[in-house]
Amino acid sequence: MIWLAVGLTLIGCYALKLAGLLVPPRVLQRPRVRRVAEQLPVALLLALVAIGTFGTGRALVIDARAAGLAAAGVALLLRAPFLLVVLVAAAVTALVRLL
Amino acid sequence: MPDVVEDSDDDPVDPADPDRLRKVRRDSVAVGVAVGTSGLTFGAAGVAAGLTVWQCAALSLLVFTGASQFALVGVLGGGGSALAGALSAVALGVRNTFYGIRLADALHLSGFRRLLSAQIVIDESAAMATTQPTRRESRVAFFATGLAVYVVWNLATVVGAIGAGQIGDPMTFGVDAAAPAAFLALIAPRLRGRVERRTGALAVAIALVAVPLTPVGVPVLLAALAVLPVALGRRNDA
Repeated sequence: MIWLAVGLTLIGCYALKLAGLLVPPRVLQRPRVRRVAEQLPVALLLALVAIGTFGTGRALVIDARAAGLAAAGVALLLRAPFLLVVLVAAAVTALVRLL
Repeated sequence: MPDVVEDSDDDPVDPADPDRLRKVRRDSVAVGVAVGTSGLTFGAAGVAAGLTVWQCAALSLLVFTGASQFALVGVLGGGGSALAGALSAVALGVRNTFYGIRLADALHLSGFRRLLSAQIVIDESAAMATTQPTRRESRVAFFATGLAVYVVWNLATVVGAIGAGQIGDPMTFGVDAAAPAAFLALIAPRLRGRVERRTGALAVAIALVAVPLTPVGVPVLLAALAVLPVALGRRNDA
């Protein structure tokens, strides 16, 4: 089942990448389409942040991950680089689990 | 982001200046190493979600777009179906189409080269390429960044996946917080705008309400509805 997901994802993601290089620019450069394209990653990624932080299956819980993500937020405000932000989140989550 | 590529017909800088091209190459490789290293967390998160090392490696080699890979692993790890996982991953890949549209003019590729180059149309290669003053530098930045990220990201994925399997229960190390933190870091630079914040807040609200009510993997897709105000609105402030 995981390989099926891998296959579907690679076909879809590659087709989207190639489409950009093939499509005549006029078609997708309408302001409305552009605006949606700019907002879509914001919506999807923040939804994934919320679900990854508070979701466990179909339940919502507040556990060590919330502390880890709060620490990641602080690291981002301090302009920490990407990898450090991720490491801080994992480290704080691990620490809170130890306590 | 200024749309430099589209204005580059008049090439303000000598396109053959070797010093500038060297600097572009160096910056691109630096970005590639910095970003590619986070493949470590992808490999670890993948194994934590129940994927094999081979499956993690295949995703990085063949899908090669970080946010989509993390999304797929996140949905599968939470018990979601293959279809829900693939749909969220592909939905996140839509932005690469728009990068491609902006890059096509500067890259000017055709045939087999275009088929191969499409694979490295990602956030970082697009960002580096579209902020260069000339077409020549855009091309160099695109290929140098894309290839550097590709090589480092794939090596790091394998190391992370093998490493996570050896250290016992990855949850002990907070690996499950790595994916949401990575998403937050990816999108944080975009959250300065008012419209982005509104979209983001709405998406979070939809997702959290949907978690208990819908199957795993569906809340992310529903959160895409948060772009509706922008899609339907008439204002030009986005």
